[in-house]
Amino acid sequence: MDEQGTFLLDGEAIPFTPGQTVIQAAKAAGRYIPHLCWHPDFAPHGSCKLCTVKVNGRFGSACTTAAAAGMNVDNRTPELDDKRRTLLQLLFVEGNHFCPSCEKSGDCLLQATAYELGMMSPHFDHFFPDRPVDASHPDVMLDFNRCIMCALCVQASHEVDGKNVFAMGGRGMRGRRVIINSESGRLGDTDFAATDRAASVCPVGVILKKRIGFAVPIGRRTYDKAPASAVEVAK
Amino acid sequence: MQASSSPQEISTALPAILARHGHDGTRLMQILREAQEALGWLSPALLTEVARDVGRPRAEVEGTAAFYSFFHTRPRGKYCVLWSDNITDRMLGNRELLKALCAKLWLEPGRMSEDGLVSVNTTACTGMCDQGPAVLVNYRAITRMTMERVDAMAELIRNEVPLSEWPAEWFAVEDNVRRGDILLSSRFEPGSALRAAIARARASVDGLMPSSDRSVKESLPHGLVGPTALLDEIRLSNLRGRGGAGFSTRLKWEACRNAPLKEGQTRIVICNADEGEPGTFKDRVLLTSHADLVFEGMTVAAYAIGATRGFVYLRGEYRYLLEPLQEVLARRRAAGLLGNNILGIAGADFDIEVHLGAGAYICGEESALIESLEGKPGRPRIRPPFPVTHGYLDQPTIVNNVETFACAALIALNGGEWFARIGTKQSTGTKILSVSGDVERPGLYEYPFGVSVSQVLQDCGVTNCIQAVQVSGPSGVCVGQDELDRRIGFEDIPTAGAFMVFDCTRDMFEVARNFAHFFAHESCGFCTPCRVGTQIVARLMDKLAAGQGSPYDINEMFKMHRLMQGASHCGLGNTACNPMIDTLTKFKPAYERRLKSLDFVPGFDLDAALSQARQMTGRDDAAAHLAGTD
Repeated sequence: MDEQGTFLLDGEAIPFTPGQTVIQAAKAAGRYIPHLCWHPDFAPHGSCKLCTVKVNGRFGSACTTAAAAGMNVDNRTPELDDKRRTLLQLLFVEGNHFCPSCEKSGDCLLQATAYELGMMSPHFDHFFPDRPVDASHPDVMLDFNRCIMCALCVQASHEVDGKNVFAMGGRGMRGRRVIINSESGRLGDTDFAATDRAASVCPVGVILKKRIGFAVPIGRRTYDKAPASAVEVAK
Repeated sequence: MQASSSPQEISTALPAILARHGHDGTRLMQILREAQEALGWLSPALLTEVARDVGRPRAEVEGTAAFYSFFHTRPRGKYCVLWSDNITDRMLGNRELLKALCAKLWLEPGRMSEDGLVSVNTTACTGMCDQGPAVLVNYRAITRMTMERVDAMAELIRNEVPLSEWPAEWFAVEDNVRRGDILLSSRFEPGSALRAAIARARASVDGLMPSSDRSVKESLPHGLVGPTALLDEIRLSNLRGRGGAGFSTRLKWEACRNAPLKEGQTRIVICNADEGEPGTFKDRVLLTSHADLVFEGMTVAAYAIGATRGFVYLRGEYRYLLEPLQEVLARRRAAGLLGNNILGIAGADFDIEVHLGAGAYICGEESALIESLEGKPGRPRIRPPFPVTHGYLDQPTIVNNVETFACAALIALNGGEWFARIGTKQSTGTKILSVSGDVERPGLYEYPFGVSVSQVLQDCGVTNCIQAVQVSGPSGVCVGQDELDRRIGFEDIPTAGAFMVFDCTRDMFEVARNFAHFFAHESCGFCTPCRVGTQIVARLMDKLAAGQGSPYDINEMFKMHRLMQGASHCGLGNTACNPMIDTLTKFKPAYERRLKSLDFVPGFDLDAALSQARQMTGRDDAAAHLAGTD
């Protein structure tokens, strides 16, 4: 493309190439739009809604909205960051997130984004759902207490690994979950491998490789060294 | 309907079902429903076998099965009794009847009996609000429940009498047409609309019709000028979608007709008969007594846009309509009104299949409906692209309401100008209202658009003083006492048809609380704001109902409304707080009298915390409660 268009992100001109979404163009220009379910290597899922922006005054997801010349996008406004904090709080009370005892602490995008946006408390009453832990696989364990339904494992297993180990199923907060591709419902009964892309794509602490839990001590982990805004833009 | 199915039973029943559906994974919904009807429930072994046979990942098949309320991935009772739990059923006493049935069967609601005989639970509105309280027994609709019927039902269940031997009058569903106009009073002759459309085509061959200059041959299966002439009539009629949103039918049809086809594709006509909005039951009657009109409207649409395949997506609650509808389709095929070379026109090929849903309100959203038709969970798609260009299996697709197709047939028959003379300028034609609640004559009322709320109330017989009318269901508008002169139409109150009347004795807070739980149950769970937000709102309403609320909780409700309205993925989340905000604005005292204090925020209820201990000890006496907890 020899001619690039631009749009305004918080008043700043951002160049884009045709076909790019708002969040792709912003990242390429080194600008951070908070997100959880979006990953630069995969098609947008559009479920977490953290990347909600205002496009010409209307709400939309930055990961699914195509960039267009001249559009005016609000991103880090107090109104939008306030909504993002509420969305984060909803995710924290929906599952069981105990950061101090979680081995993903410091490598977790949910935790890092909550720090980034200054979420000070969960605000709402916790739901304390009863969610399973699956340690049946020799090399990987699953702790669904921390799942945020981003479906990145579903996409990675399907598109990169060619395996379909995971699928999203069920309905509503009490039903929606990741379903494992075996009659027993156990990961150990699938062809999943620790070398799969899906084994290292989880933004939170659901998919954990065994025996490496605290190899990197807390304090020296990804988001201990730099905030989410810096890490995510450099990815 | 046994509680479990053995491998032998699966290998006997399943192959025929899979063969009947051509081992086609896109037909998963129909495969699972038929398998469940034959085997009682969808066991892990059955899902494995289905996945293997249709060549889809097992996790995906289980994901679909787990999404729909009417699919059972755990053993269910031989008798599965589901009470319709719309607010109108509640007003008719369904809760007392449910409790009585549970007591007679020694059951807790929602739990299967120890012997695997029966389970009793609630379900979202089953579309029988004019003849409730209604139940579904093994997904067959029963109307007008009474305490006598509960007694008899408990006896039939205990004696394991097959459903086919239950009293036939229990299964009777009345049409209850109270006021008919062009649709409900039509004496439609099958084929007449199609013949009129073709006659118009001949007249327009000389290019007199305004839009016949567009390419008419492009991608159409038959090179007639008819389609453009027909689209012109639709344009003149100014017909707008009857599902509530009111999108221009002409724009939708033209966009689909002009969408390019890829190799091997066809255009698709889908009739949305999911009718899940609580309080709506007009499509039930149109499909019961005017099915030809609806099917002919679909065929007219197919002719206009050049489609060869059609689907009716019928909500699972209307399972009893499946065979009658299939008979009508067979009759139309025999009469040359469906199938190949319709009315003898070479290449005019179109056929219709009825697919059943399985208890998911969200499938009324057109892209979720299409996902469901493809055998997937009913999750609304990211849009654009829209179905008119990328719909069913990525093909150009129109999705219209049952009533819209019925109107289209009459427009093809009588012309667009005739239709445009009825109703108002922006809302042409008539609208069928499903009236229920505190009225003497609940049922269907068809009016030209522009009728006032008070006129409808007068016609349906209101004896008590009116407090409010909920128009277009929970996601619609709550009309208060002082607004009864407002009018039905896209200029003022757009509606899909629900018209629930509440007299002065009703508690509007409880109405809103019922709706809050409905949305929490029906949220698909895809996006964060709706999945968790609807649950938070339902919990806030329960807190208020328990007398533990404060103004803080009401502010929280407004905060959730602001979040969900902007950030949700689809219309469900966007409108889920409407009933709360509407009633909070118009019926504030109903909320305020529940507030424990006007400034204090009790976050923890000590007495409620003891409820488990009370349940374990079987006590509920005064001494088992904390005295004077407030």
